[in-house]
Amino acid sequence: MSEIIKIVIDGKEIEATKGQTILQAAVNNGIYIPTLCAFDGIKPKASCRLCTVKVNGRAMTACTTPATEGMEIENNTAGINEIRKAIIEAIFVEGNHFCPSCEKSGNCELQALGYRFMMMVPRFPYSFPQRPIDATNPKLLLDTNRCILCLRCVRGLKDENGKSLFAIKHRGVHAEIVMDHEVCANISDEMAQKAMNTCPVGVIIKKEKGFDEAIGTRKFDKQPIGHEIENKFNQGGN
Amino acid sequence: MNSQLEKIIKKYDSDKFRLMDILIDIQAEFGFISKEATHDVAKELNMAVVDVEQTLTFYHFFTQKSTGKNTVYLNDSAVACMMGREEIKKAFEEAAGCKFGENSADGLIGLYNTACIGMNDQEPAAIINGKVFTKLTPAVAQQIVSGLKAGKNVQDLYHQELGDGKNAAAEVKSMVRNNIRRRGQVILNDFTPGVALKTKLSSMQPKDVIDEVKKSNIRGRGGAGFPTGLKWDFCSRSTGEKRYVLCNADEGEPGTFKDRVLLTERPEMLFEGMAIGGYAVGADQGILYLRYEYKYLETYLEKVLEDARKDNRLGKNIGGVNGFDFDIRIQFGAGAYVCGEETALIESGEGKRGEPRDKPPFPVEKGYLNMPTVINNVETFCAVVKIIENGGNWYKQMGTEESSGTKLLSISGDCAQPGVYEIEWGMTISQMLEMVGASNVQAVQVSGPSGQIIGPKDFDRKICYGDLATGGSMIVVDKTRDMLKDIVLNFMEFFIEESCGSCTTCRIVPKLMKDRLVKILNGKGVMKDIADLEDWAKILPVSRCGLGQTAANPIATSIKNFRELYEAKVQKDVDYDCGFDMNKAVQASCAFVDRVPNAH
Ligand SMILES: Cc1cc2nc3c(=O)[nH]c(=O)nc-3n(C[C@H](O)[C@H](O)[C@H](O)COP(=O)(O)O)c2cc1C
Ligand code: SF4
Ligand code: SF4
Ligand code: FES
Repeated sequence: MSEIIKIVIDGKEIEATKGQTILQAAVNNGIYIPTLCAFDGIKPKASCRLCTVKVNGRAMTACTTPATEGMEIENNTAGINEIRKAIIEAIFVEGNHFCPSCEKSGNCELQALGYRFMMMVPRFPYSFPQRPIDATNPKLLLDTNRCILCLRCVRGLKDENGKSLFAIKHRGVHAEIVMDHEVCANISDEMAQKAMNTCPVGVIIKKEKGFDEAIGTRKFDKQPIGHEIENKFNQGGN
Repeated sequence: MNSQLEKIIKKYDSDKFRLMDILIDIQAEFGFISKEATHDVAKELNMAVVDVEQTLTFYHFFTQKSTGKNTVYLNDSAVACMMGREEIKKAFEEAAGCKFGENSADGLIGLYNTACIGMNDQEPAAIINGKVFTKLTPAVAQQIVSGLKAGKNVQDLYHQELGDGKNAAAEVKSMVRNNIRRRGQVILNDFTPGVALKTKLSSMQPKDVIDEVKKSNIRGRGGAGFPTGLKWDFCSRSTGEKRYVLCNADEGEPGTFKDRVLLTERPEMLFEGMAIGGYAVGADQGILYLRYEYKYLETYLEKVLEDARKDNRLGKNIGGVNGFDFDIRIQFGAGAYVCGEETALIESGEGKRGEPRDKPPFPVEKGYLNMPTVINNVETFCAVVKIIENGGNWYKQMGTEESSGTKLLSISGDCAQPGVYEIEWGMTISQMLEMVGASNVQAVQVSGPSGQIIGPKDFDRKICYGDLATGGSMIVVDKTRDMLKDIVLNFMEFFIEESCGSCTTCRIVPKLMKDRLVKILNGKGVMKDIADLEDWAKILPVSRCGLGQTAANPIATSIKNFRELYEAKVQKDVDYDCGFDMNKAVQASCAFVDRVPNAH
């Protein structure tokens, strides 16, 4: 039987199951903690740092830190949100994000976070990097201009032998995502769709199907990011 | 497949956890790791090609192209620059006929930069075909290149006698000097191998060893200062089929070199300390993770290990204690500062990219191959040997109340006597400066780039955990230096190059800060730029590991302690300057149409 423990987020006591991360516990209780690199079903690797919370005064990432009995967690505070906003801005200036021409616009988690955190103009100068586009695969387009190196694709997409479809090359500012052309050569339609869905932004795009959902009617056009979690307990008309 | 390549892969049983060793051997055999070799390795190890490439491209000393028949890796750390690196660089370039980052047209010479190689007390220094050259001069650089071009063996081009102590041993034959300037009562004092192992452990249970280490109050010497006894205790209580003892000999923090001296003069002591650790936590395997820059010590260290096995200080039933089995293998890195972070080190040891893991879990619970693992610094293991020999109480009498024992400092920069000093904790910076013969001091960089740069108003402060904690790197900067350019900028470039790039914060923000610093250095700065830098620095502490958490320190601590240097460089009468230089931007296009840029 799973053990129930109690933790406190922003002064509110909630229940969690032992073994859950702070993020899972929060989501289950309708509390939104912003995330970018976390994805259901993929082992977390805290790289975006957006889910940073303070646990007993120390900065920790909610997506990787197990909830333990009596934890005091700060989440939605001015100080933490300011750092989160700065991170979102930093991600925007690092790459080339021209939302109006991007297939992922409206379904993009980064764009949605920009809105949620009311980013107007980033505090940092744009770096306008030169990044490659790989269109050699018959089913997938890889436009690394928009890559935020969340590594969801690297961690989450493997073939039946455990080989990676995507990997990260180099390190630091030189890091880039590449596709394994052998492994991806005969990729199925389902896998291509899964790859596109795994990417939070518009890097991995399934070919031959564009803009079939009109801009303005997409996921985050209807509701800001995080509302599905915050509205968890308000649905069903009560 | 190439038969040489096949042999290398076989040597490591096609084990993907030994990918680092496989790549190291391929690089050594062929001078680079070709596309074909990468494909062959992937096939034999049953990995995707990109999975091999992700490890391969992470490390500085793995290359996908030839780096020349002879390869010069010239250190570009701040102290190297202070000691005249620029002149040496020019001399190499002139003699070789190519720039740094390139090979000469005939492919005979390749010139490359590299981060601190642990020779700050004898700069300018370089690694040439695996051999360390210290105290280079432009004339020597030219001689070396012409010798190499003439096909001479690199060892015949030594411009200095062999170094002191074991540097001159047949298995090392290096010109590196130890520069041991002060011996304390613990580590650099006299030492006889095997005393602790053979006369003490037979009457001690593993728990007694841990208790003795706890009693000494020793804290880790690698920088973070975690209590060693507690770490061992945690590990011994974790469950796992197997346990490991790892020694962190990555020594990548610019300005530290004391572990190099211990590896040269006290390897028996280090291996004994690891064995004691193995006994305490119940591990029978140890791994020495050694930075690639110290590969010149490999043959020697293998011999020391072999001798220890012959003398029953390693192997089975060590020291006659029934069931006390322990052995050590050497795992090389391949050029990545971040691999000094303990969980990155573990990843690297498992053949992967050196990306730090999220904690918890800590290595004592899930470390190497997910088994309970103790990781300690070279100096920590050495000190433990003396603690077991002489007791925790003896150790505790030295140093201060909360910082017991002695500490090795690696002191370099503007001082008469750079080198290694074993001091008791509690010495003040002023005392230290007097000890090393430094005058006209502008600043001291305490604990390397990840530490802090302090000025005279702080020179009465003490070197200890409660005040100025340090892993041992101390760089003296005198008043002739342009601190922001010579030190701060160099350190920011170091962090940018060495970030693993996993965290958004550490990957993006230091570069933005460095660009802003350059803007200020170019005379385009305004007061707001200083305030921005202070604000941006606050983002970095949410990074995963110590590298990102401290990557703003060169700028943040220099603004805190030397704000006047920044203020002197910014424009006082201008509120805003985007930093853009129109004339410079149109230079190339103007040249093309034969015009002189004259935008206003
Ligand atoms: C970026 C980075 C580099 C590090 N480099 C080293 C190193 O070269 N040697 C070392 O002993 N510890 C290094 N550390 C500290 C290790 O993570 C770890 O704390 C240490 O090896 C533990 O040993 P100790 O307790 O004996 O000090 C580094 C930490 C970081 C964040
Ligand atoms: S391609 Fe997409 S999923 Fe992969 S790292 Fe880049 S942004 Fe993340
Ligand atoms: S802080 Fe920097 S070096 Fe450390 S894990 Fe994050 S990106 Fe890598
Ligand atoms: S979601 Fe936790 S760090 Fe990215």
